[in-house]
Amino acid sequence: MTLDASSLKVVQATGNRLRRTDRSKGASIALHATLIVASVIAVFPVFWVFITSLKPDARAVEPTPKLFNESSWDNYTRVLSGEKGDFIAWFGNSVVIALMTTVIGVFISATAGYAASRFRFPGKRGLMMSFLLVQMFPFAVLIVPLYNILIALGLNGTSLGLVLVYCTTAVPFCTYMLKGYFDTVPSDIDEAGRVDGLSPFGVFWRLIMPLAKPGLAVTSFYAFLTAWGEVAFASAFLSAADESKTLAVGLQVFVQQNRTEWGHLAAASILVAIPAIVVFYLVQRFLVQGLASGAVKG
Amino acid sequence: MAEVSYVKASRIFSGNPPVRAVDELSLEVSDGEFLVLVGPSGSGKSTALRMLAGLEDIDEGAIQIGGKDVTNVPPKGRDIAMVFQSYALYPHMTVAENMGFALKLRGVPKTEIKAKVEEAAKMLDLTKYLERKPKALSGGQRQRVAMGRAIVREPSVFLMDEPLSNLDAKLRVETRANIAALQQRLGTTTIYVTHDQVEAMTMGHRVAVLKDGLLQQCDTPRALYDRPANAFVAGFIGSPAMNLKTVPITSEGAKLDGIVVPLSRDALAAASGLDEVTFGIRPEALGIVPSTDAGMDMTVELVEELGADALVHGAVKIGDASQRFVVRVDGRTPPTLGQHVKVAVRDTTEIHLFHPESGERLEA
Repeated sequence: MTLDASSLKVVQATGNRLRRTDRSKGASIALHATLIVASVIAVFPVFWVFITSLKPDARAVEPTPKLFNESSWDNYTRVLSGEKGDFIAWFGNSVVIALMTTVIGVFISATAGYAASRFRFPGKRGLMMSFLLVQMFPFAVLIVPLYNILIALGLNGTSLGLVLVYCTTAVPFCTYMLKGYFDTVPSDIDEAGRVDGLSPFGVFWRLIMPLAKPGLAVTSFYAFLTAWGEVAFASAFLSAADESKTLAVGLQVFVQQNRTEWGHLAAASILVAIPAIVVFYLVQRFLVQGLASGAVKG
Repeated sequence: MAEVSYVKASRIFSGNPPVRAVDELSLEVSDGEFLVLVGPSGSGKSTALRMLAGLEDIDEGAIQIGGKDVTNVPPKGRDIAMVFQSYALYPHMTVAENMGFALKLRGVPKTEIKAKVEEAAKMLDLTKYLERKPKALSGGQRQRVAMGRAIVREPSVFLMDEPLSNLDAKLRVETRANIAALQQRLGTTTIYVTHDQVEAMTMGHRVAVLKDGLLQQCDTPRALYDRPANAFVAGFIGSPAMNLKTVPITSEGAKLDGIVVPLSRDALAAASGLDEVTFGIRPEALGIVPSTDAGMDMTVELVEELGADALVHGAVKIGDASQRFVVRVDGRTPPTLGQHVKVAVRDTTEIHLFHPESGERLEA
């Protein structure tokens, strides 16, 4: 917090005794300085990518970097016009695949998490353990077996196949997250709902899901990001045709064997980041909201 | 409105050995009756209520509501409304939405829901809070919303699971009277669970006392107090608890310290063949007498002054052991700590005798 006039007055009135929430001036300066430095470190790379995206490829990497050097929006127009590859199609593919992963993954995780939170069934421990276990394998190990499974299912090269692959990574983590979240919703609420006339699925859908919004927001965001920025699975499982690539895979056309088009790559990267920022903006208000308060006495 | 009957209903929790949380409970509740289930924690009273609500399985026996067997009917098909100890309000809905939710699920037209919610809100003094979320209400208001949610449904049976235990003492007494009055007015069959025997005595038309999943006695509060069926009920009902001591018995009566309390012929006949009986007497049936009279010598260990009267706790020697007795005396002239007083039975008709082992009441 900052020291404003009113809090200073209180400090003076009580004979310079500091309240618990007040800081001395020196401590305040030190704290703010630390926070500002940390923020700059965090924001600078993104800022520099943006600066680079405005420069022509030849000026992108210079011995003495300047903020602006022949800067213009040319890189963006060239990327969006499809001069360097079908950027709009990649973008569309990525959006569809990421949204499908989010919707399917979160739905499966929510139902699984609710079952794990509320019901006792044989194999519950084993199921939760296997979810943890799956997380321990590196992606590279999974590519070949998953590829075989997709061929067996006839889903190789399709978006749906890739969505299912992403769900295998997103669902275990999201299920754990949501189970923890559902555990905080008192089961009295489920019972009140059942007495009020809801079916078990009705309880889940009309009472628990609305109460778990903060948890759903976090898991949706995670599922979206899993699919949005992923390269290895996308390049292995989608067909090599230019129009079926996702953004993360498509960006590689700017990095060629002997030459890297830094300006175009940076411009495309900024464009890729925008949807992720939009999704974060949409869910962030739920991330901090404690909806479950007031349910029971307390 | 409907009558409720438990027909040898049991709930068995798996384990080793399995726990019979409710053991062959048979209970008839007539239409419009206010029945209180009372017992110490772990007695199975809440489980019995949840079985009626459909939230616990009925492993043996059956439960009927309005003459219809509901043993395997899910909660929503039982036409019951429940008030939970935690209130279990839906935090994401306003008070009005909370109260109207069950009607909304049933497809009742919006205008009708609104009218019913407003009527119930008026009854419970909640009209000002209808648009608030539960978290913006005080404990007492939340409790009333939980009541309102049950009333709006106009169910055939109200189930209440310790609905007052989260309120402060003063509000609890107030709400206790309100609930009893409300039940009277609505005439809905009500099953009420509590561990507080004062609540049980003041609210119920009849009170069922449970212990370890077994029904001990079900009767009117007066009858429970005057003729407890066994030593457990005798000790559980009434505050302070009845003095229950195992004493030797002779042909003249029960032998206490220095006195022999004469017993009726019936009581002596019922206790024939026993050397000892569990002798029960309520604190108000004992009195402090002048030191020249016959009585038990008691050393005062604690005096609780309640205003109108005072409770005197003290030690009396019975046989070789020192036993604690509680005597209710006039509040204005209590004895002092450490004083030696003489205690005598004021009214021999208020003596309860129980079998020393089984705890069953002796005499008819």
